Amino acid sequence: MGQKITIEPVTRVEGHGKVTIHIDNKGNVNQTRLHIVEFRGFERFVQGRPYWEAPVLVQRLCGICPVSHHLAAAKALDVIVGAGTGEGLTPTGEKMRRLMHYGQMFQSHSLHFFHLASPDLLFGIDSDPLTRNVIGVALANKDLAVQGVMMRKFGQEIIEATAGKKIHGTGAIPGGINKHLSQKDKERFLNGDAPMNVDHMINWAQEALEFFKDYHNKNKAVIDQFVEFPSSHLSLIRKDGALDLYHGVLRAVDKDGKIILHDIDYQDYYKYIDEEVRSWSYMKFPYLKEFGKNEGWYTVGPLARMNTAEFIDTPLAQEEFKLFKSYNGDKPCHRPMHAHWARLIEILHSAEKIKELLNDNDLLEGELVAKGKKKSEGVGLIEAPRGTLFHHYKVNENDQIDMCNLIVSTTNNNEPMNLAVNQVATREMTGKTEISEGMMNAVEVAIRAYDPCLSCATHALGQMPLEISLFDHNNNLIDKKRSI
Amino acid sequence: MKKILVYGYGNPGRQDDGLGILLAQKIEKWARDQGYDNINTDTNYQLNIEDAYNLNNYDIVVYADASIEEIDDFKFETIKPVINPAFSMHSVSPEFVIGLCQEMYNKIPEVYLMHIKGYKWEFMVDLTEAAQENLEKAFLSLKDTISNIMGH
Repeated sequence: MGQKITIEPVTRVEGHGKVTIHIDNKGNVNQTRLHIVEFRGFERFVQGRPYWEAPVLVQRLCGICPVSHHLAAAKALDVIVGAGTGEGLTPTGEKMRRLMHYGQMFQSHSLHFFHLASPDLLFGIDSDPLTRNVIGVALANKDLAVQGVMMRKFGQEIIEATAGKKIHGTGAIPGGINKHLSQKDKERFLNGDAPMNVDHMINWAQEALEFFKDYHNKNKAVIDQFVEFPSSHLSLIRKDGALDLYHGVLRAVDKDGKIILHDIDYQDYYKYIDEEVRSWSYMKFPYLKEFGKNEGWYTVGPLARMNTAEFIDTPLAQEEFKLFKSYNGDKPCHRPMHAHWARLIEILHSAEKIKELLNDNDLLEGELVAKGKKKSEGVGLIEAPRGTLFHHYKVNENDQIDMCNLIVSTTNNNEPMNLAVNQVATREMTGKTEISEGMMNAVEVAIRAYDPCLSCATHALGQMPLEISLFDHNNNLIDKKRSI
Repeated sequence: MKKILVYGYGNPGRQDDGLGILLAQKIEKWARDQGYDNINTDTNYQLNIEDAYNLNNYDIVVYADASIEEIDDFKFETIKPVINPAFSMHSVSPEFVIGLCQEMYNKIPEVYLMHIKGYKWEFMVDLTEAAQENLEKAFLSLKDTISNIMGH
């Protein structure tokens, strides 16, 4: 009889996941799956609500990346109120939202690197889990832990200054923003006492990159060979090919870097992307329709963005981008552990962008909201910390939401996360009779590279009851449980 | 004079889950009315790692949260730092925040947790009647406790 090994819950990821590994009677891993067992249902909750409530309601999907949901919903509603996308907003509206978003990227990436991922780098994948955590980081490298906390705090304060609150703010409204940045906030972010000013944050972002590159030089096997598989990559990108985390057109490249989704207007995303439902997970599997369910899957997130972008428009991050691209032979990188590297480049880019915006007087004055001819449907996309986030709404003649479709970043990464987990599990567990903590964490490290937020990634109430099936090595169903 | 922080957390959009935030808001008003400028309050939907930095600036910290425990109305207790290897930003406990503060800054304030019994957690803003009564009891008790600490 084959065995089933369950790792539950997966630690140091956001939300709760479960991994099952099926081992045959010869000890070979023959199937590994990342199961998403949480259940949220926000697509149904918002139906019937006035459309202007969406940016405030949907962000309650998550206490970790609410700004991304807030902004993606607002961008979709920009279309519905007739303001259009991107340049349709007033300069103040767009720049305030960008500042909010770069604050979110900065704090979220900092949190992930310093407090979720760095324990693996500092202590090693096989180390004792009692030390391999953020408290252990604080004990072993106090400066690193403090730096992580203060970088997160800086990003959160940017969010509070633009959105009104650190979590679940109200700043973005359909067609724009509801406030200017205060002169006092501008001054403290630019020239406040160290370390709480943007120049200090830029220095810390550079130091974090040096820390990673030094680790990489000494541990190439961990970063380069831990897991690798070819993938397509998808993200928003500025029309001129620059990395743009807030707005742009939708591009995908194949494993060799060839563009396979040609910078489309994201209002048409549904013509190009579909979602497959699989019985064993609440999380759907998106794919590019042109290439089908089996070949059309793609990766999103920091690594994907490095693979789709042609350059970065801030000088320090651009230098790091060139190093990253050069190391990977100017080809798409398919090593998920390099996502940590990409994430750190984006931290630096976000800090540079924050500084650029803080010096822009459009934040302090100017029209806040744009309007135009109302429409009944709108799509909003944003590059959230974890990857491309889709919000799609239809509203009726009473201004109520009739339809909501969300494809969150973690859902976009569903297939690659499963492939990464399977590759690691096959390597680490084949032929083994006992599962060590290190092996279990190796599987989790593969998941953690994608920085998944599993609580965001589950879908509508009543559509997919939870079903757990257990198969033996002959693929006979020996147990099945189903619940709502 | 000792610096005191009352920090309420929870989701006020989930009915009684807003108890902690409402207690902090009541303490805020009371402290201002009394002219106690050594008392600060803060609120959030959940605790976060940067709260470890905030702790570092106070002598006494009182966390306030809604509770599903089998208690009558409220419970006030001292809490100690713990190390939790299964760290997730979705569930940062006060004990974890204290632990992080201790390791980063080599000191921690006196920390207490006010558990206030809640009953319903639907997508609504208003408290249940019973939770409202518990909030008032917890407020009176905490107000007295703080007054005693300050020697009034």
